[in-house]
Amino acid sequence: MRLFEYMGKQLFIDFGIRVPRGMVCDTPKTAAQIAQRLGGPVMIKAQVLSGKRGKGGGIRLADGPKESKLAAEQLLQSTVQGFPVELLLIEEKLAIEQELYLSLIVDGVSKKPVLIASAQGGMDIENVPEEQIIRQPIDVELGLPTFLARDIVRRLKIVPSSPCGKALTQVVTALYRLFTAIDAELVEINPLAICGDTVYAADAKITVDDASLYRHAHIPTVSELTLGEQEASKLGLSYVDLDGEIGVMANGAGITMATLDMITYFGSKPANFLDIGGGANQEATRKGLELVLAKQPKAVLVNIFGGITRCDEVAQAIVGIRRQYGKSIPMVVRLAGTNQDAGRAILEKEAGIEVFDLMQTAAQRAVELAG
Amino acid sequence: MSILIDEQTSVLVQGITGNQGRFHTQQMLAYGTNVVAGVTPGRCGMEVEGVPVFDTVRAATEEYSIDASVLFTPAAAVKDAALEAMEAGIRTLVIITEHVPVHDCLEIMAYADRIGATIIGPNTYGIVSPGRCKIGIAPSSIFFPGSVGVVARSGTLSYEIVGNLTASGVGQSTVVGIGGDRVVGQSFVDILRLFEADSATSVVVLIGEIGGSAEEEAAPYITQMTKPVVAYIAGQSAPPGKRMGHAGAIIERGRGTYHHKRRALEEAGVRVAELPSQVTGIVQTELSMLHADPFYGLIWSFSRPQQ
Repeated sequence: MRLFEYMGKQLFIDFGIRVPRGMVCDTPKTAAQIAQRLGGPVMIKAQVLSGKRGKGGGIRLADGPKESKLAAEQLLQSTVQGFPVELLLIEEKLAIEQELYLSLIVDGVSKKPVLIASAQGGMDIENVPEEQIIRQPIDVELGLPTFLARDIVRRLKIVPSSPCGKALTQVVTALYRLFTAIDAELVEINPLAICGDTVYAADAKITVDDASLYRHAHIPTVSELTLGEQEASKLGLSYVDLDGEIGVMANGAGITMATLDMITYFGSKPANFLDIGGGANQEATRKGLELVLAKQPKAVLVNIFGGITRCDEVAQAIVGIRRQYGKSIPMVVRLAGTNQDAGRAILEKEAGIEVFDLMQTAAQRAVELAG
Repeated sequence: MSILIDEQTSVLVQGITGNQGRFHTQQMLAYGTNVVAGVTPGRCGMEVEGVPVFDTVRAATEEYSIDASVLFTPAAAVKDAALEAMEAGIRTLVIITEHVPVHDCLEIMAYADRIGATIIGPNTYGIVSPGRCKIGIAPSSIFFPGSVGVVARSGTLSYEIVGNLTASGVGQSTVVGIGGDRVVGQSFVDILRLFEADSATSVVVLIGEIGGSAEEEAAPYITQMTKPVVAYIAGQSAPPGKRMGHAGAIIERGRGTYHHKRRALEEAGVRVAELPSQVTGIVQTELSMLHADPFYGLIWSFSRPQQ
């Protein structure tokens, strides 16, 4: 789950990392009031989950309350990279001397957290040459002690014993404390702004591990899903909207992706990704099919390899849905594994649905029907 | 021979009294797996399918010699259960549970690396050595003994491809699910190394998917292997997945896409199937070339045709 910048900055404050003075608002009038109180030029930042916010026009500089009000008005009516702007963060403008990059990420290859830092922070970190990037794997049993943070600062070409170096060292250790405390997959500060002897986190990008949310009740919920996707997630299904013409339901992420690949291979396009998971029962199957049908695809392809999932249960659910929704959308089913013969009998006799043993023939048939 | 497990392997089931634990203990026993004990705190003295249940892993290891443990423990308790098993001396763990917090995995893997334990998973169907031993939740009926090693990230996709192999009479030496999570115990390379050294394996099937860089990490090792590798990668048509901000892009540097993975593997000499249904045909071709080669096993690395 990704957090908005202002939420990330609140967490930074909680862990002793300095951020620019500022407040959030959702009307131009309050934007002006905040700018008044901050005094001087301010940054007006759209609170959206998109990266590339600066390039997308989501960040404005305003001189005083009047300009702030105007900029806020415009931003609140705009979208940034497809995300509607509903909230703004108004901050004091910093006098930045140098911009650094600092992040911590869970790295699957080394099976460790990795600290990434660069003396070249700012907007285009993806284009920073490899040799300018510091990568430090962290031993979780050791953590990120002060000596290691000091050495990271040294490698950033900043004297660790200088006031600024000391402040940076503290930011590095604090960021690791935050990273572990909130079960983050990613915490990123870009830019980390040096202003004299003080260091500010001028931005905050945080992703919290979804599997850990149960033990972080204090972290607010942020949803970036479409309505269909939200519905599915409540049911424990994994659903993604796509823009093709064949509705898809399968069990398991890998086989669902392979099903999409096959549809594409035979010349059509999938309307969605829906993985009902292992051991899906009738209820989950029904709800899943309802989601698929709601998009009015030209055909539906169901691909089930029953391990724990029982094919006859899936078949019952399909028959039920068929009774309820009629037969206007053609449906092709592939059943294999546990109780496949019983499932096939139910579908063919009770609903006249074509059933295939092989995924490939089923996909071909679905493409034919949609064409 | 097989890798990781065989008919001698004595198995502990952690979380044996839950629905999944109970059901799959029965399935594993029916397959011939040597399940000797189970653990569920507070359920000491019970039996599940005739298997005695203990309160702690140490209580079980005091009475039985245990080679491997399979975990059906709820996600929130996996870290404790895995550390408990390793601390009690068990050196092979299969973690079936999905949605284990990633920072818990980091701690489990750090401890495992330090003491030299092998972790399969989390979020895996486990390991099957057909006809010998099954640890995990894979449907028993799709496996058949033979000489093809299979390693995969995804569960049902493994079933699909292994089912196809078996239907065509192509048996498997060992089938391993390394797990679908970001942080798992064994990489493709770890398992490929074992297959390379395993005398019962002659061809390896690698089943990958988009995201992460596990397939790319495997490519350099594959160039050193003497055994042919056949691959399928799921997700060719999937929309770009969740990106982990800039840091994700930096770590992966353009890796993780279907085409990047495919190119990396093909450059390493891997034959990559376009569809899962094509894997069997390619494996059969590789097998027939092996059998036709009079020098097979002697100078295989020189006689192997280059793609």
